[in-house]
Amino acid sequence: MSDLTKLTLKGAVDGLKAKDFSSAEITQAFLTTIEAANPTLNAYVEVTADKAMDMARASDARIAAGQGGALEGAPLGIKDLFCTEGVQTTAGSNMLRGFVPPYESTVTANLWRDGAVMLGKLNMDEFAMGSSNETSAFGPVKNPWKSANSNAELTPGGSSGGSASAVAADLCLAATASDTGGSIRQPAAFTGTVGIKPTYGRASRFGMVAFASSLDQAGPITKTVEDAALLLQSMCSFDAKDSTSLDVPTPDWTQSVGKSVKGLRIGVPREYVVDGMPAEIQALWDQGVAWLKDAGCEIVEISLPHTKYALPTYYIVAPAEASSNLARYDGMRFGHRAEEFKSLDDLYATSRAEGFGKEVQRRLTIGAYVLSAGFYDAYYVKALKVRRRIAEDFDNVWGQVDAILTPSTPSAAFALGDKQIDPLTMYLNDVFTVTTNLAGLPGISVPAGVDSGGLPLGLQVIGKALDEATVFQVGAVLEQAAGFTAKPGKWW
Amino acid sequence: MAIDAATVRKVAHLARIKTPEDRLEPLAQELNGILAWIEQLDQVDVEGVEPMTSNVAQPLRLRDDVVTDGDKIDAVLSNAPKSADGFFVVPKVVE
Repeated sequence: MSDLTKLTLKGAVDGLKAKDFSSAEITQAFLTTIEAANPTLNAYVEVTADKAMDMARASDARIAAGQGGALEGAPLGIKDLFCTEGVQTTAGSNMLRGFVPPYESTVTANLWRDGAVMLGKLNMDEFAMGSSNETSAFGPVKNPWKSANSNAELTPGGSSGGSASAVAADLCLAATASDTGGSIRQPAAFTGTVGIKPTYGRASRFGMVAFASSLDQAGPITKTVEDAALLLQSMCSFDAKDSTSLDVPTPDWTQSVGKSVKGLRIGVPREYVVDGMPAEIQALWDQGVAWLKDAGCEIVEISLPHTKYALPTYYIVAPAEASSNLARYDGMRFGHRAEEFKSLDDLYATSRAEGFGKEVQRRLTIGAYVLSAGFYDAYYVKALKVRRRIAEDFDNVWGQVDAILTPSTPSAAFALGDKQIDPLTMYLNDVFTVTTNLAGLPGISVPAGVDSGGLPLGLQVIGKALDEATVFQVGAVLEQAAGFTAKPGKWW
Repeated sequence: MAIDAATVRKVAHLARIKTPEDRLEPLAQELNGILAWIEQLDQVDVEGVEPMTSNVAQPLRLRDDVVTDGDKIDAVLSNAPKSADGFFVVPKVVE
């Protein structure tokens, strides 16, 4: 029954409900696949096989009794920054190696409420700071895709690289992920999967290891747009334990999939043409415009004039918030504590130098600098003002358009090791995704084509705040038009 | 606003990250590269713009000022590097 791992989330949930197969069977099929693939792909940092089988058998009992939730019996992978009660949660960092949360994140609690089964915890860039999964303390994840032009091992993107690789290689039906500057959408684009970041405040941040609190949002990485709708509506909820959680109902987004987009106005922002963008990306974007036009959309050229300032703004705001958030890692109550030290200050500094990797240290240093006396106004406050300009850009176009179409990334997946020399070239990966984090808007990446080497490329649909429905609607039309069915050839 | 090794030393101290002397200069160069790129923000006219601290327009909610949780000493201490008798054990802090 190894075919079970190839199912979509929707297909599996339907099959389980119809008792075509049991949760124990599909869960075992995934565990067997993971055991064979994970030593090479490194997508999971921990496989919770016993827990998975216990949860699967409990699901089977509920299904047999005619009960069960919307995800009953479906095996999922969980990004290792969602706290899972009794299961190590590291955020990809040595600082949290061995940390076992005594409580459950709200997002994962929602999944278990709906009957999902946890296969294990997925690898990620350390504290979600990275675009290639190479900053993980557990080593980089490998992309199941390889270019026809080279045998090089490729990054699955980051920070949710484990989630994207696991979904693309059929190591789970779907996965949770999180997105602070593009960490769901860039890995989805690099692996031929679907990823959506919802409106800020839709998904609770309670129990999610914090990076930059005003930008962090949870979301799914899945095989199809319909799966993304199904999983996201389970993940989202109002939560009194997150002060920025929005007290709004979660719609049934699966209803948006398959709806006609006739008459919708789609914005194409001219500022998203960036220097050095490969012709293939422009061609894919043009193709996306043509597909939506064919489907009856009206295409409107729009201007988002502050787009080019989004990344530099992000690289002030995110490190500043991180330097504040990660101050909690002091080696006292939890996390790594240095063995040898000369003073209290030395204990803090040594514990943090030992526990944090290079990129995290770099960003915490930038954060401390832009928040320090004398520079706070020139950098931090200035960035917050530019952030408002970027958000206003979107406000100014919503009168003319219902959604916006852009490429997801400026390139296809690159080779591991390729962009580690200069942090700035790595940061540029998020050029198309970071604007929605700053403005709090929903954005989906849908696989829409391949480059000359056969590597997946994604298109992004950005929507108004709380209008995921239109984002799913347009995303599903792109998915259908693209008919993206390519799968990576198995080499692992 | 170029950063030198002395500034990195100061900022590393603020961030409580122990940084060896021979790393200060390379770090200064890296940070200068990033900050030079960030300085393009100076091109943006932000005269009279309110700083944007949150995406959520609603004011922060207040709840009743009552105890809603507690009596979880074991859970709270379960990840402590050292604990004893219901307390965190930390190194001597009076110097």
